[in-house]
Amino acid sequence: MAKTKKKISRQTRSNIITYGIVILACIIVQTMINSGSISSLMEGLMVPLCIYAILAVSLNLVVGILGELSLGHAGFMCVGAFASAFFSKCMRGEMESDGLRFFLALLIGVAAAALFGLLIGIPVLRLKGDYLAIVTLAFGEIIKNLVNVLYIGKDSGGFHISTQDVMELDADGTMIISGPQGITGTPRDATFLIGIILVLITLFIVINLTNSRSGRAIMSIRDNRIAAESIGINVTKYKLMAFTVSAALAGSAGVLYAHNLSTLTATTNNFGYNQSIMILVFVVLGGIGNIRGSMIAAVILTLLPELLRGLSDYRMLIYAIVLIVMMLFNWAPKAIEWREKYLSFGRKKKEAVK
Amino acid sequence: MSMSFISYLINGLSLGSVYAIIALGYTMVYGIAKMLNFAHGDVIMIGAYTALIAISQTGLSPVIGVLIAVVVCTVLGVVIEGVAYRPLRNASSSLAVLITAIGVSYLLQNIALLIFGPNAQTFPSVIKWDGVSLAGGKLNISGETIVTIGACILIMIVLMTFVQKSKQGQAMRAVSEDRGAAQLMGINVNGTIALTFAIGSALAAIAGVLLCSAYPTLTPYTGAMPGIKAFVAAVFGGIGSIPGAFIGGLLLGVIEILGRAYISSQMADAIVFAVLIVVLLVKPTGLLGKKIQEKV
Amino acid sequence: MAALLDVKNLGISFGGLRAVNGFDISIEQGELYGLIGPNGAGKTTVFNLLTGVYKPDTGKIILDGKDITGRKTIDISKAGIARTFQNIRLFKQLSVLDNVKVGLHNHHKYSAIEGVLRLPRYFKVEKEMNERAMELLKVFELEKHAETLASNLPYGEQRKLEIARALATDPKLLLLDEPAAGMNPNETGSLMEMIQFVREKFHMTILLIEHDMKLVSGICEKLTVLNFGEVLAQGKTAEVLNDPQVITAYLGE
Repeated sequence: MAKTKKKISRQTRSNIITYGIVILACIIVQTMINSGSISSLMEGLMVPLCIYAILAVSLNLVVGILGELSLGHAGFMCVGAFASAFFSKCMRGEMESDGLRFFLALLIGVAAAALFGLLIGIPVLRLKGDYLAIVTLAFGEIIKNLVNVLYIGKDSGGFHISTQDVMELDADGTMIISGPQGITGTPRDATFLIGIILVLITLFIVINLTNSRSGRAIMSIRDNRIAAESIGINVTKYKLMAFTVSAALAGSAGVLYAHNLSTLTATTNNFGYNQSIMILVFVVLGGIGNIRGSMIAAVILTLLPELLRGLSDYRMLIYAIVLIVMMLFNWAPKAIEWREKYLSFGRKKKEAVK
Repeated sequence: MSMSFISYLINGLSLGSVYAIIALGYTMVYGIAKMLNFAHGDVIMIGAYTALIAISQTGLSPVIGVLIAVVVCTVLGVVIEGVAYRPLRNASSSLAVLITAIGVSYLLQNIALLIFGPNAQTFPSVIKWDGVSLAGGKLNISGETIVTIGACILIMIVLMTFVQKSKQGQAMRAVSEDRGAAQLMGINVNGTIALTFAIGSALAAIAGVLLCSAYPTLTPYTGAMPGIKAFVAAVFGGIGSIPGAFIGGLLLGVIEILGRAYISSQMADAIVFAVLIVVLLVKPTGLLGKKIQEKV
Repeated sequence: MAALLDVKNLGISFGGLRAVNGFDISIEQGELYGLIGPNGAGKTTVFNLLTGVYKPDTGKIILDGKDITGRKTIDISKAGIARTFQNIRLFKQLSVLDNVKVGLHNHHKYSAIEGVLRLPRYFKVEKEMNERAMELLKVFELEKHAETLASNLPYGEQRKLEIARALATDPKLLLLDEPAAGMNPNETGSLMEMIQFVREKFHMTILLIEHDMKLVSGICEKLTVLNFGEVLAQGKTAEVLNDPQVITAYLGE
């Protein structure tokens, strides 16, 4: 059993490094904020960094661990954002504790995103490869579109829902969601500390799930679906599990997003497929299947263009080049051959999760 | 049937013809190279910008402008295939080439963004024909509409003949059926796939010009959405099938325009995507596609 | 005693081609049974029918008194049929140990939530799984490779791992699809010994596909010869091998 023990300890060590990086980053940033040695611009970036890290890690669960491409990740973030902001706006001033309100908003956002993940996953996961990618993209766009024609108002008579901007509310009524104008006046409850805690929870869930019986089942489907079926793995169940957990975590990123801004609208840039593809860039750069890597890639690719202001015009161009070069370098058979020949530190002992 | 309905229908067929021309490129590449060329839509945009520069800034005649656009896109298509896709053809994961194609799509958009800026440019009218007026002036069909629909039908017929009758067309069908066997039979697989990209990209240039003639604003993102919708059309008709792409394109154009007119203009894209989802879930092989079973 | 596997009149067509037609087989508990025939005779198709990869057009499949005709692959696995594949299908990115642990999936259970929260059951069941998987690996002399990625195993060891993984599902019937394909005579010899050993140690009933007739005649007590999708001969190994029809059709003039 000595070997097994060694394996567990290696895994544990890797996990400690991952969590350690997050906690260390948190302490450093918090100290800088407290001592005022951080620009307000950088300080404003801290919650978005957590958001992107969560998105990247959660997408990696689908792309790296399940082995399917989802291009609708931003759609689940959108669901989480709007569901939670809706709740927070309704409850603003009606609850004594802001913390409790945010906690409930978080639960609602996560549950809504998970529900969407499940509902979309059931029909969609029968497809695979290119078709799955394009259908998830389609669902993401539909979600964004639907939010933009959703009008919800509230008055003494309860909620009023419409797809048109004509709503007869009582004098005391207010609009909560107004179509393309979205939700205004969401309480800004998200803090860097909450963001870090959510990053840690995301890592905990994804890493532990991957290194468990369910995670092995998910990875067996990725590696060989037919063999997995032949030994009695319920392919549908485990695909759905990975997809739903990933959607729920993206929902939590959406909750953070919504409560970091006072105005929430659904545009091409925040919840469109551009965003989904940006998250994919993080996953690819960090290494498909490499949880820690995708988190670090998300942070670097978000910080870099901001740190080098001159680069910000070229930001998306750089992303595009990174994506192409990384894919060619990591996946082209010739490049793999070349690496094994000239770089002795090849990925011989690659693990599924680092 | 009211005149406005007929008018919407004709507009739908016109938009659908553009989708069909783009979808032909998708379906050929998918059928032969077995990959989803996500960057196809952005080649359209490059074609439109090329034509715009040739016509507006150099003052060339529209016909020459379109020809230059076709040449530029053909070269671009072959270069993209050779540099970005060919090295990944035998990669262990099929996701690799798809993700790379997404990268190429972004690259083209952002290069255009740096060169031309984010502002919309007005595309000149390349079709100097007022069209025809029917039913005593109640129904006007523009020159753009007639040329677009005509071009689409012509392209489809030429393409069908090419694939069925020519030697290169036969090679394409062989590579599509079984790449390994085709190679053993002495067919130049790389050459055939490059030719497929060349044809698809040339069609993309024509589609770009036609699209911008009908909707004369051009931005670096102009190609992305029509590209995705044309893929929807190709899937709708049955991926890999040339008549399928034609029918799928026309149907999708009509659905989009009618949806915009009678349901909701904001929801038009959502309707198109809903069509895709329904098709893939009910009949994943599309209207004219054939079934493929995985070997065990 | 009723047979463990009883197949009657099994058949399937692909397009116009009748790939398997009127296939009967009856395998007793504990038998080592050979299914042979030339390439393209439909042997693998029979496996795919037995394991639910294809749905048969005609016929019945009874396993241990239970009708499993037309059931899904996963249900057939749970009913007790495990298989290997002609073109090895391992979980390449998983370790050798994890490949076997996936095989144990339906026998050692804890929920996903117990796994994520690392509740006591997770540790208890994981320990059981590790022990059981290592036991199986030892049978195949793979225990020293437990941490190796499956894709990095030498070819012959990959074949063994596939058998170990199949056995992890604790099947009643084990189907082996050309287990010796691509092996040299030495490797083949030791593999055949191993199959004998597995059969005795696990009291396993085994149905084996092979197209090298010499090889199966050494270890199988019964044979079915398949030709053009139909049963050409069936019975005790010695009788089948002496059947003039088999000699003409299979061994050639």
